[in-house]
Amino acid sequence: MSEPAAKKEQYSVIGKSVPKVDAYDKATGRARYTGDLKVPNALVGKILRSPHAHARIISIDTSKAEQLPGVKAVITAKDVPSVMYGISPARYDENIFAVEKVLYVGDKVAAVAAVDEETAVKALNLIDVEYEVLPPVLDPFRAMDPDQPQLHEQYPRNISVEIHQNFGDVDKALADAYHVRTDTFSGTRAAHVPMEPHAALSKWEGGKLTITCSTQSPHYFQYHIARVFGLKMGDVRVLKSYVGGGFGGKLEPSGAEYVSAALAMKTGRPVKLVFDRWEVFVHHRGRHPQHITLTTGVTKEGKLLGCHARFIIDGGAYTSLGIASAYYAGAMLPLIYMFDHYRFDGFRVHTNLPSCGAQRGHGAPQPRFAFESQLDMIAKDLGMDSIDIRLVNARKPDTMTPNEFKVNSCAFTEAIQKARRISGWDEKKGKLASGKGIGIGCGGFISGNGYPIYRTRLPHAGAVIKVSEQGDIATLYTGAVDIGQGSDTVLAQMAAEAMGIDFEDIKLVTADTETTPHDFGAYASRQTLMSGWAVKEAGEEVRRQVLELAAEMLEANVEDMNVDRRVIYVKGSPEKSIPFERVANEFFITRGPLVGRGKYAPPKLGGSFKGAPVGTSPAYSFAAQISQVETDEETGQVMVTDVWDVHDCGQVINPTLLHAQVEGALFMGMGEAMYEAMVFDANGKPLNANLGDYRIPTALDVPQVVSDLVDSYEPAGPWGVKEVGEGATLPTMGSYANAIYDAIGIRIYDMPLTPEKVWRAIEQRKRQEREAAEKK
Amino acid sequence: MKRIIELNVNGVVHEVVVEPQRTLLEVLRETLGYTGTKKACDSGDCGACTVIIDGRAVLSCLTLAVEAQGKNIETIEGMATGDRLHPIQQAFLDKGAIQCGYCTPGLVLSAKALLDENPKPSREEVKKAIGGNLCRCTGYVKILDAIEAAGEQAN
Repeated sequence: MSEPAAKKEQYSVIGKSVPKVDAYDKATGRARYTGDLKVPNALVGKILRSPHAHARIISIDTSKAEQLPGVKAVITAKDVPSVMYGISPARYDENIFAVEKVLYVGDKVAAVAAVDEETAVKALNLIDVEYEVLPPVLDPFRAMDPDQPQLHEQYPRNISVEIHQNFGDVDKALADAYHVRTDTFSGTRAAHVPMEPHAALSKWEGGKLTITCSTQSPHYFQYHIARVFGLKMGDVRVLKSYVGGGFGGKLEPSGAEYVSAALAMKTGRPVKLVFDRWEVFVHHRGRHPQHITLTTGVTKEGKLLGCHARFIIDGGAYTSLGIASAYYAGAMLPLIYMFDHYRFDGFRVHTNLPSCGAQRGHGAPQPRFAFESQLDMIAKDLGMDSIDIRLVNARKPDTMTPNEFKVNSCAFTEAIQKARRISGWDEKKGKLASGKGIGIGCGGFISGNGYPIYRTRLPHAGAVIKVSEQGDIATLYTGAVDIGQGSDTVLAQMAAEAMGIDFEDIKLVTADTETTPHDFGAYASRQTLMSGWAVKEAGEEVRRQVLELAAEMLEANVEDMNVDRRVIYVKGSPEKSIPFERVANEFFITRGPLVGRGKYAPPKLGGSFKGAPVGTSPAYSFAAQISQVETDEETGQVMVTDVWDVHDCGQVINPTLLHAQVEGALFMGMGEAMYEAMVFDANGKPLNANLGDYRIPTALDVPQVVSDLVDSYEPAGPWGVKEVGEGATLPTMGSYANAIYDAIGIRIYDMPLTPEKVWRAIEQRKRQEREAAEKK
Repeated sequence: MKRIIELNVNGVVHEVVVEPQRTLLEVLRETLGYTGTKKACDSGDCGACTVIIDGRAVLSCLTLAVEAQGKNIETIEGMATGDRLHPIQQAFLDKGAIQCGYCTPGLVLSAKALLDENPKPSREEVKKAIGGNLCRCTGYVKILDAIEAAGEQAN
């Protein structure tokens, strides 16, 4: 389903690597993030957090803290609304401050507002909390046992969600299979690690709450904050300043907003609250550690027949977005390869550890790692090439997954073939020098979610474009949220293209619940497609109105009019032309404001079974990634030397930004594959909640990266677009694991693939080889 | 005990009253308003607070303000000349090396300290120079390209 190349040539603004609209401010230090904002009379807010993983609160004495000079308020659960909050519908289970029990090290207990940070920290130390320490639940495999302590009364046996989905006849498919394998894999509690910590600045003036914060979704923040404080949504304004990365961790309110808002209401003064790095880690909401068992059957030719996937998912203390994460874990597995029979059984359980939620790729990257690893093992069992088995099974365009996701465009086969070619796979696979290896992993992802997180009839995105009275600029008002990925730039390009004016003519007002139209925000890789549709529609409405008036002014038929880069002309007679700004100016004088409006709501998607909405999307991206590694058998060190990524992401709006997304996502996958895991002591206390001990990749770990594309056009996307930002995280872990296997013949089933694990596996293999030799 | 010290930031001398335990990061951000210097870990792990002192890239969160007295402090705010960006900043724009931007000031300053000393570094030397600057968005690829391009331009 490829658009004719000739049509692509016609685009004037999209498809070009214009610099990011915010790059100048960010390069010069002018860009102010929430923590950089200074407002008169503001107080500093700080949260007192639990030192215990599981404990009953016996008493809290705040009197000494209140008496400290400079302290303006000390608040606990009794001072704030008791309404519970959360982000998963029907599972709101968090309080602003713990009421009876704390459920993880870092749970919120009290807060202070003081004249400066030093005073606020001193005041926290003066709050006297008496705890009765309870035994913690730390092992997800034991969490469901009847003898284990219960975290939440409403979740018996600590089961957060139990999922059983069954499509086709898996038992028969496995019985009919030529070859069946069962393997178990584990992932880690990896963290988002945005460089900017969560932060909020709250003001309470005349019954109106204004919160400037580091957020991926002003809309969801506004909805939940209004609900908790019992305010009209219209009396809660949520907006952002610059956001220093999110990756899923800033989709739900973190508590910084609720607490700073409560302190602002109590003191009548603005309150700024910024998490420190330890708080960012313990608040978490990042990757769920999943334990995944896959039973998969294939024909002699490697054709997948069916798969049974079983999951135990450690959700941590609270629900967060974990219900969706658990459904995503299983729902995304049948996306990229074609098979009809699929069963998925999953349990998300509660433990007294930081809560897990949505992180780039949501629940899908760890199961994808498991599947990509097992597929390689199956290929080896059958004596097939790793790429050939993927080509046999690769999804085709205009098909339906067993769980009823409709796939339109799909150039997955082309992506695999191109990756094979540009990586030199056929010359390298099995032929590299000792210690070197090459491996493939693949992935695919949604381009926006088919349904919002809570039930509402609101469209998913809205946009307004207002052309200035002089006609020289146009301002795009969008609720879409630029968290660094470049959505402001991409949407400005789309607006300019739709109107027929230049990129430089677009000004932006974004992500503010008061001044911009509703948009659900930056998650589920949704904005280029969904916000993009709204912007396109708004721009085309402006264009239509301008062309109508221009036709009158030039005494031509409106059907014959066109506009490109600010010049309105009669098709076929380019000498009959008039500048865009003259017509826009005339429009304002004679007809009033020149405004275009747009909205987007996806069509009804998916099946009618329980959990069917999770994973539905108007369009899906596909990707193949090949990695080359070098391993040191003496130390177990693995160095990724080269990565080739080939993506099917539809029409590209801004190539530089697109490849930047691939590189960043790939690196996040690399961190999770090789280094990253939050670790805890026997009492549930985090041991590496800082950037020194929790290792994310550095510049020293950078391999050679080739990011490439296949030609693709998605009919469900504006100008044919699909997602890229999250999907590129998916193939990485499997591709590294498979490359390591190719290098040293060792299969690692649990991430991260640390030097210690690789070294131990090598030692074990050597021991086995020695013992075998001795027996002979 | 508060003390009055002079801090020379981007060629401008500021007289400030500080307690001796205040870090340079705190004083730059909170007292003097140089918020381009970012606080991300406050414990010397991430490089977001990097400034240049007497030609060397240092972590301002691990430097006491009083230690910086009488020295030349360069922050991101002093890099551009009027509206003209420093070649490193321009290269960051041209190569698409900026995403969320929170690590950008620290990276630009680490790069400047390197290129001032070694205008034509190898890619490995660039990697080492920015090895202490964490970035979570970009995967560093375009950042390395930008610093190399800025180095080549300076030659």
